[in-house]
Amino acid sequence: MSIEIKNITKDFGDTRALDNVTLTFGENKIYGLLGNNGAGKSTLLGIMTDLLHATEGTITVDGEAVSNNDSALGKVFLVAEQNLFPEDMSVKKAFGAAQVFSPAFDRAYAEKLAVKFGLDTKKKIKSLSTGYASIFRLIVGLSANTPYLLLDEPVLGLDAQHRDMFYRLLLEKYGENPFTTVISTHLIAEAADLIEHAVIIRDGRIIKDCPSSELTASAYSVSGPAGLVDSYLDGRHILTSNTLGGLKTACVQGQSGALPEGLEFSRVNLQDYFISLMEEEDRK
Amino acid sequence: MTFQDERPIFLQLAEQLEEGILSGAYPEESRVPSITEYSVTYKINPATALKGINLLVDSGLLYKKRGLGMYVSTGAKEQLKSQRKDRFYHDYVERLVREAKNLGLDASELTNMIKRGFEDVD
Repeated sequence: MSIEIKNITKDFGDTRALDNVTLTFGENKIYGLLGNNGAGKSTLLGIMTDLLHATEGTITVDGEAVSNNDSALGKVFLVAEQNLFPEDMSVKKAFGAAQVFSPAFDRAYAEKLAVKFGLDTKKKIKSLSTGYASIFRLIVGLSANTPYLLLDEPVLGLDAQHRDMFYRLLLEKYGENPFTTVISTHLIAEAADLIEHAVIIRDGRIIKDCPSSELTASAYSVSGPAGLVDSYLDGRHILTSNTLGGLKTACVQGQSGALPEGLEFSRVNLQDYFISLMEEEDRK
Repeated sequence: MTFQDERPIFLQLAEQLEEGILSGAYPEESRVPSITEYSVTYKINPATALKGINLLVDSGLLYKKRGLGMYVSTGAKEQLKSQRKDRFYHDYVERLVREAKNLGLDASELTNMIKRGFEDVD
């Protein structure tokens, strides 16, 4: 049970949005699809749900090709920026309509979430504020009960309290009945602890694809007097470094080994690791 | 609680559970929160919560009741106290003695200081 992405390339005119992407999203795991704006995250999710057509490559869901295949597509639900319902439909009616094309859609659960978020279900979709329009789409996604739930920048436009509620609801639902979810986001710090497996995409290419604990364990930060740090760093793989007065801090890829007296070691979190990796790529 | 310090979250979670057992918040033979409860409360991946809880299962502090959840073992509190005493020796006493030697204090001077500490600290 998995989504297999094989050698996907996508060109928009002269621009290559995805460049030979190969990935697997396995069963019942929470994935983070991490990348800066324009990295190709939405394009990939669009191709996975057959909204966009790949220039090359194939995508299968549980072994079935997704292209023009309703049975494969029925297992995947994408929450993205676009609204799938007629603009002048009420939220309540839209929940009813969702039941028609997603048979496992749980209407009672959707209504319950609407109350929780304070979403007025009598309102027409077009009259919802940006934040509530996002909440509406998230509720539909969380209630769809598909084995694969793809979330493209799910918390964009949500205030802090609603973002918090959303993350908890997602984990609660996952805890009760696990499914595969891909959280595509550039807001890494917020989602970092939720993610079991991280995929980092940059300029249409996958540059990391591994358990997030492995990523953060693969780098560390070291700081101390600049001279000492410099001699320690000699021959090591430096991701980033900065100097503040006589104090130097560096983010280093690899294992620290025994540190000389006078140097401080610390772990890096997923967001720091991501930023360091991007800065290193920028220099290439 | 939020997980802001630099150690891995599963270790912090394990420590928090140990504190709960020591303080009596999780009495022996009572159920501890489930993986999902931890995951939702702290907004962490369930696999991380499981890893933390498993540390206590491996050391015999928690055990699984099939279909019911994780329970605190009988004797867990005593076991933790003796673990903590060992750790106290390593973390505090060894360091204390090392620093005392740096300062040129001998054993009886240090003992006197510790006695004074017992009088000064409530």
